[in-house]
Amino acid sequence: MTESSKNEVDDVTGVKTTGHEWDGIRELDNPMPKWWLYTFYASIVWSLAYWVVMPAWPYLSTEGWTYTEGVIGYAQRDVVTREIAAVTAGRADEMQRIATLAPEDVATDAALMEVALAAGKAAFGDNCAPCHGSGAQGSWGFPNLNDDVWLWGGTLEDIRTTLAHGIRWEADDATRQNVMMAYGRDGILTRREVADVAEFVLALSYQPHEAEAAGRGAEIFGEQCVTCHGADGTGNRELGAPNLTDAVWLYGGDRASIVQSVSNGRSGVMPAWGERLDAGTINALTLYVHSLGGGE
Amino acid sequence: MADSATSLERLAAEAAGNVRAAADPHGADGERVTAVNSEKNRPLYASRVKVYPKLVGGTFRRLKWIVMALTLTIYYVTPWLRWDRGPSLPDQAVLLDFPARRFYFFFLEIWPQEFYYITGLLILASLGLFLVTSVAGRVWCGYACPQTVWTDLFIHVERFFEGERSARIRLDRSPWGIAKLARKAAKHAVWILIALATGGAWVFYFADAPTLAADLMRFDAPAIAYISIAVFASTTYLLGGIAREQVCIYMCPWPRIQGAMFDEESLLVSYKDDRGEKRGPHKKGTSWEGRGDCIDCGQCVAVCPMGIDIRDGMQLECIQCALCIDACDAIMDRVERPRGLIAYDTLNNQQRRKAGEPQRLSILRPRTIVYMAAMALVALVMLVALVNRSTLEISALPDRNPLFVTLADGSIRNGYELKIVNKEHRERIFRIDIEGFEGAALTRPALAGEEGSTVIVGIDTLQTVKFFVSLPADKLDRLRGGEGMLTFVATDIEDGTRAERTASFRGPVQ
Repeated sequence: MTESSKNEVDDVTGVKTTGHEWDGIRELDNPMPKWWLYTFYASIVWSLAYWVVMPAWPYLSTEGWTYTEGVIGYAQRDVVTREIAAVTAGRADEMQRIATLAPEDVATDAALMEVALAAGKAAFGDNCAPCHGSGAQGSWGFPNLNDDVWLWGGTLEDIRTTLAHGIRWEADDATRQNVMMAYGRDGILTRREVADVAEFVLALSYQPHEAEAAGRGAEIFGEQCVTCHGADGTGNRELGAPNLTDAVWLYGGDRASIVQSVSNGRSGVMPAWGERLDAGTINALTLYVHSLGGGE
Repeated sequence: MADSATSLERLAAEAAGNVRAAADPHGADGERVTAVNSEKNRPLYASRVKVYPKLVGGTFRRLKWIVMALTLTIYYVTPWLRWDRGPSLPDQAVLLDFPARRFYFFFLEIWPQEFYYITGLLILASLGLFLVTSVAGRVWCGYACPQTVWTDLFIHVERFFEGERSARIRLDRSPWGIAKLARKAAKHAVWILIALATGGAWVFYFADAPTLAADLMRFDAPAIAYISIAVFASTTYLLGGIAREQVCIYMCPWPRIQGAMFDEESLLVSYKDDRGEKRGPHKKGTSWEGRGDCIDCGQCVAVCPMGIDIRDGMQLECIQCALCIDACDAIMDRVERPRGLIAYDTLNNQQRRKAGEPQRLSILRPRTIVYMAAMALVALVMLVALVNRSTLEISALPDRNPLFVTLADGSIRNGYELKIVNKEHRERIFRIDIEGFEGAALTRPALAGEEGSTVIVGIDTLQTVKFFVSLPADKLDRLRGGEGMLTFVATDIEDGTRAERTASFRGPVQ
């Protein structure tokens, strides 16, 4: 780089150079147009005005970090609140129809069904997913809502009742209620008897088992278990007693888990959502859960 | 306010003074001493000097009129052309329907996922620009660029109300009075009307023109329509009426890029200084020996919309509109000299003339041939894609949450979202089957609302539909590592066209 006082004149244009040189390249010192300068000043004035009118600068106050709010009180949160209110209002008619129509009738209207399924899916994520999983696949102790196995029934009406009143939810009078006793812990059966009845349950569900113990367990089953689980072990939906012959197990279908269930009993709890969610949402959830693949 | 002729002299004098000062700023050889970095010699900002182009007639002026008429007609008229596509689709020939996400272009209909057709068009346009510029210089800038076309139009309006060049200069220098106010007001009013029409034409590309026009008149159109028209009207007015050549000189990137697209064989608007120098006034009847053909009439400077002197040589500001060629040719006719003192000339031909060699034009050379080949290739690819465009597509998205479900009888079930695309302008009914996965059963959610495995897809729609595939417990051994493959097939029950898509089936790892 050469000294900065060397202002040569470019002989083609007659314009002075800036005086600097980089690898033989020099720069002409043409004056910039004044309108450019004034536009630049205008943008500075605009910025200053913007800082005064709109939320702009963070600062540290006695209560901690806060920000200048601007004289017109504009806030992004207000915009969001307004947008959510507008969307809710826009959907009010459809949600009203979903709330008042019977679920079967909603299903006949394809466009309304689309809304119901979408609303159901959204509500599911907010309310049901913590227990039943984000894909409704459940986990140990929380039923998989995708399959065709239902403890309390899988028709639209059954699902709706379960949703509205819950299972063993004490605050709701109409809640689904039943108890599986703790046969081992409360001394109703001896340990040997519990083991035998577990062997019979393994036999019921076509799993490998010890034939002799299963034979003894069949007798115990006939005395203690058939009132709820049915004579052939296929369960009773009115009492929420599972079908012991199928391939789906809520608390595990191996020997140790069955022994556990029989010994300590089972009484899963589900909240009653009727108080917490409005009728439209309950119906939407009903349709959504029913459409997951196991609806009857 | 100085007019451009005298300010040019002033600049030239300043440059000359600067040369002397630079040679010896300290005045050792008796010249006047001037500071090297004083403000007088180095202004930071310069006021804009207004340009008053003079009207000229000739080949290139006519060419510019034709291009202007053509481009403006296409721009304003196209939204009003109709094209019948059936009752439920828009009947506008060129329509960019953003809410429905379709681009209509006469017989073509582009869905968002086919945007690569537009990409192809843009690539073709760019290659075309490179080709044209390497052959004939800044043809875009001088004839077709919207800035040039609208500025040209606005200068014609200004000339209509305020008179020819000298009249306009006098009007600007005169004090404000009723006459001046009336002329200026009329000119600006017409400018604003043209700008509004320009903004209006723009929004008509995005909505049905007759409907939107009626709504606009009744003040019933959506706010965004009015805002768009306002934005385009103000930018047209500001850039075409007020900023004019400042856009080309300071704002636009194209002058800088186009300069890289010329080579020594490109035809550029040039002053042939080998023929024109030495320049100077010529008395009628005297000889032309020992002097150049340029009589220093300044007409080339007077007609230039950019306010430059082409005799200074190739410069960034010259948009190569060739009006100076028309001006000089007219003068050459009057002084009975051959035309073409300013003409489309190549750098190589300038060298050849100086060396006494014969001139030649090299339009077909490696660079232009490569551009043409590239354009042909891109056009071919696009044509092939267009011809092979299918009107039926299916995609299958397996559920990922959960991957699979175990049913009561021990069978494994996977869920799939099928998306069926029907690009035809008629409703179609499809039957869905699975292939390549024996023993599996295809089912749908209980409330699906349609019989069996048929799906009705509306006109020009994408239909999403849920299907389940179940594999019985005794067939689970066909899954390798918990995964198998199957193929979904959608068959049109009327004409039998089918589309297929493979998808994976997941189960427990055996």
